[in-house]
Amino acid sequence: MSDIAERVKKIVVEHLGVDAEKVTENASFIDDLGADSLDTVELVMAFEEEFGVEIPDDAAETILTVGDATKFLEKNAAQA
Amino acid sequence: MFDLTGRTALVTGATGGIGGAIARALHGQGATVAISGTRAEALQQLADELGERVHVLPANLKDAASVDALPGQAEAALGGLDVLVHNAGITRDNLFLRMKDEEWADVIQVNLTAGFRLYRAALKGMMKRRRGRLIGITSVVGVTGNPGQGNYAASKAGLIGMSKSLAAEVASRGITVNCIAPGFIESPMTDALNEKQKEASLAHIPLGRFGQGAEVAAAAVYLASDEAAYVTGHTLQVNGGIAMV
Ligand SMILES: NC(=O)c1ccc[n+]([C@@H]2O[C@H](COP(=O)([O-])OP(=O)(O)OC[C@H]3O[C@@H](n4cnc5c(N)ncnc54)[C@H](OP(=O)(O)O)[C@@H]3O)[C@@H](O)[C@H]2O)c1
Repeated sequence: MSDIAERVKKIVVEHLGVDAEKVTENASFIDDLGADSLDTVELVMAFEEEFGVEIPDDAAETILTVGDATKFLEKNAAQA
Repeated sequence: MFDLTGRTALVTGATGGIGGAIARALHGQGATVAISGTRAEALQQLADELGERVHVLPANLKDAASVDALPGQAEAALGGLDVLVHNAGITRDNLFLRMKDEEWADVIQVNLTAGFRLYRAALKGMMKRRRGRLIGITSVVGVTGNPGQGNYAASKAGLIGMSKSLAAEVASRGITVNCIAPGFIESPMTDALNEKQKEASLAHIPLGRFGQGAEVAAAAVYLASDEAAYVTGHTLQVNGGIAMV
């Protein structure tokens, strides 16, 4: 697992209070990890803080799974 | 009941009549308070009066960057932020036909936009802590309207609508969002009225007198307290019965 993927996983585990093994690449925040819409906003803000990037609303809307987040951040994160 | 020991609160407009009363009351219930306004000297005076558990944070709410920074400054000074009271407010009265763009913009900016920015900045920490109280001081005029106050009434009605929407958004995080709508409260403004004007106003108030800042502050203490945990999206009228809404 890449460094970014690991950091993403850690944030998701912390914010949603879910077991680490549930946080797989294909896990959907809302359908699999029990997030509500406010959780997803909090996650996006936590990613922004951790990776020093701004995630615009239209990009945030496409981040539905753990893998989506990792992919976006691998492309856009300031410190890869 | 209504014990605020260990709680932290930021009050805007604390140099004013009502804001000062709110800061005193929250402090009196045990809270540590950050008091804000533009007049640093008046803030210091209030801080000296309160003694301990008080921080002075001057800020001009017409300046967006200052507004955005204020909740963070309060959090740093207080070690958290449980309660935010947006009480600062201004009037620029004029008949609608004569109202200048600037009179409209100033009032919306301080009364409403500053509230939006303060709440947005304060929410981040409150969401993480799963606890928070946002309290906006609106006005009976925001519900009834008032000739000569199109701008002011719009700002105060806006605060109510904003609070209700936000209340629904953040309820699941243990954060409540409420308003207090004072009627006529004794202040330099009401002192300036002559006897005839006073009588005319009092004729519409069933309780037959103007209210006191402390009576608005008591409502703020309630809404800030644990006891009010089940109250959100509400506007508490403190108006002597002038409008029973
Ligand atoms: N008095 C009433 O009868 C009545 C009735 C209904 C609602 N209200 C509402 O209650 C609230 C308090 O009113 P009040 O009677 O206590 O009025 P006040 O004595 O005139 O106080 C107004 C406060 O707002 C602050 N303020 C104004 N412009 C500001 C700016 N640009 N930046 C930062 N702070 C600013 C002032 O701080 P500085 O002076 O330090 O700048 C002052 O502390 C207001 O929202 C008002 O609309 C009052």
